[in-house]
Amino acid sequence: MSETRPDEDFRRFLAEGRFMIQRSAESGRHVFFPRVAEPGTGAPLEWVEASGRGVVHATTVVRKKPPEPSYNVAIIELAEGPRMMSRVEGIAPEAVVIGMAVTARIVEQEGEPVVVFDPAGSPA
Amino acid sequence: MSERFPRGRTAIVGAATFGQGRAPGYEASDLAAVASIAALKEAGLTPADVDGLFFCHGVDTLGGLSFAQYLGIHPKVVDNNRLGGSAFQAYVETAAWLLDAGLIEVALIAYGSNQATAAGKLVNTVRPMTYEAPYRPLNPVSSYALAAGRHMHAFGTTKAQLGEVAVAARAWAQRNPEAFKRDPLSLDDYLGSRLVSDPLSVLDCCLVTDGGAAVVMTRADRARDLAATPAYVLGAASETTHREIAWMPDLTVTGAARSGARAYAQAGLGPAEVDVVQVYDAFTINTILFLEDLGFCPKGEGGRFVEGGRIAPGGELPVNTNGGGLSCVHPGMNGLFGIIEAVRQVRGEAGKRQVAGAKVGLAHGNGGVLSSQATVILGAAA
Repeated sequence: MSETRPDEDFRRFLAEGRFMIQRSAESGRHVFFPRVAEPGTGAPLEWVEASGRGVVHATTVVRKKPPEPSYNVAIIELAEGPRMMSRVEGIAPEAVVIGMAVTARIVEQEGEPVVVFDPAGSPA
Repeated sequence: MSERFPRGRTAIVGAATFGQGRAPGYEASDLAAVASIAALKEAGLTPADVDGLFFCHGVDTLGGLSFAQYLGIHPKVVDNNRLGGSAFQAYVETAAWLLDAGLIEVALIAYGSNQATAAGKLVNTVRPMTYEAPYRPLNPVSSYALAAGRHMHAFGTTKAQLGEVAVAARAWAQRNPEAFKRDPLSLDDYLGSRLVSDPLSVLDCCLVTDGGAAVVMTRADRARDLAATPAYVLGAASETTHREIAWMPDLTVTGAARSGARAYAQAGLGPAEVDVVQVYDAFTINTILFLEDLGFCPKGEGGRFVEGGRIAPGGELPVNTNGGGLSCVHPGMNGLFGIIEAVRQVRGEAGKRQVAGAKVGLAHGNGGVLSSQATVILGAAA
């Protein structure tokens, strides 16, 4: 029934520079995290490119002892609907606020591509 | 709403704790075993009487089997669920059904952990989630912090209101000789405490302690013939909504709204009839969320509700009367200690912290990151 290998596909797309999420072939509902079927219905899912637009749904600052820098952890609600954990970069971690519009960017972290966000409208 | 449940047909007939705080030299199973034997003895029973064992170990995924071996018993049922801190309320729910159905005669629900002396910190026993791990949330604190921040944004809940929860817990702990933290705590002390994951500070977080706990359940007809005063199980219900915080359907509403409503329906009573409340306060925001979701105040009003010492000793709603996970005991999972405190309160055994005339006690458990909720309602009468 499923030809997707969710984690493997997601990572391959990211490595190609594409932030892909899934969409139900039946309901059109978008889904994140990647999986083999739509939650609730079990309907098949297809990969679609995310717009990369989102809004900060919740935010925290993980406090570290200096000199190690404190950092942001946020829940981002994607324009397509699903939420994901990520972080907002490019501004002080405590300056990230709920409701802030953000844009996705793929960065390399410890040899793996991961999706982070910048405040919308900031220079890429 | 009609909710089938063997209301009042089973009871907790033994309850014991051991080694709360620091228990050097004891393994987790030792702590659980001391508590188990004491709880059984209270009912005039021994391990050999147990045919239903409900046990989870912090790190041993087959801990239920290990503990049966330790006690030298061959149970018909071993429930080794891993719901997290709500496991124990869910055990009461399952045990009530199994006892009432006649599959088992004596249920032992037990837990022990030596993580404070063995590791010196909260031992994280869960697999990091692939889509969370790269962002290094300091779990579980960061997940609860995200929920707390959302509650503040949506309802205007303040840091000082979170502090009221911590201060109330400490004031209760000062009346409990078994509590680990009994030194005075003021709102100013709280407000000066170091941030860990905004908006949560050190004093928003539960303790890390050792401790063992156990309760024994039988059918009510047998309970009346045993040595100890029964605490009847009037309702018990569970609900799981998510695992990681990003997928919590609404960060300000927990599954307690449903587990609580079902437990009330089973018991045939509502929050107004509850005399004493134990909720799993892994973090201060939990108490506020659960008081709302369990119907003690409207959604969004939890912060204002706890102001002015309302849940502290002398306040109108006694909450976490043993001092809770914040000030009494938190050996990795706290759910069973809340059940035991509810038993002691409805039995009238709570000493200087006894709530006068307490007849109905609610004990609510929370597992994961607000993920798994389970509510138990106990009564002095069936």
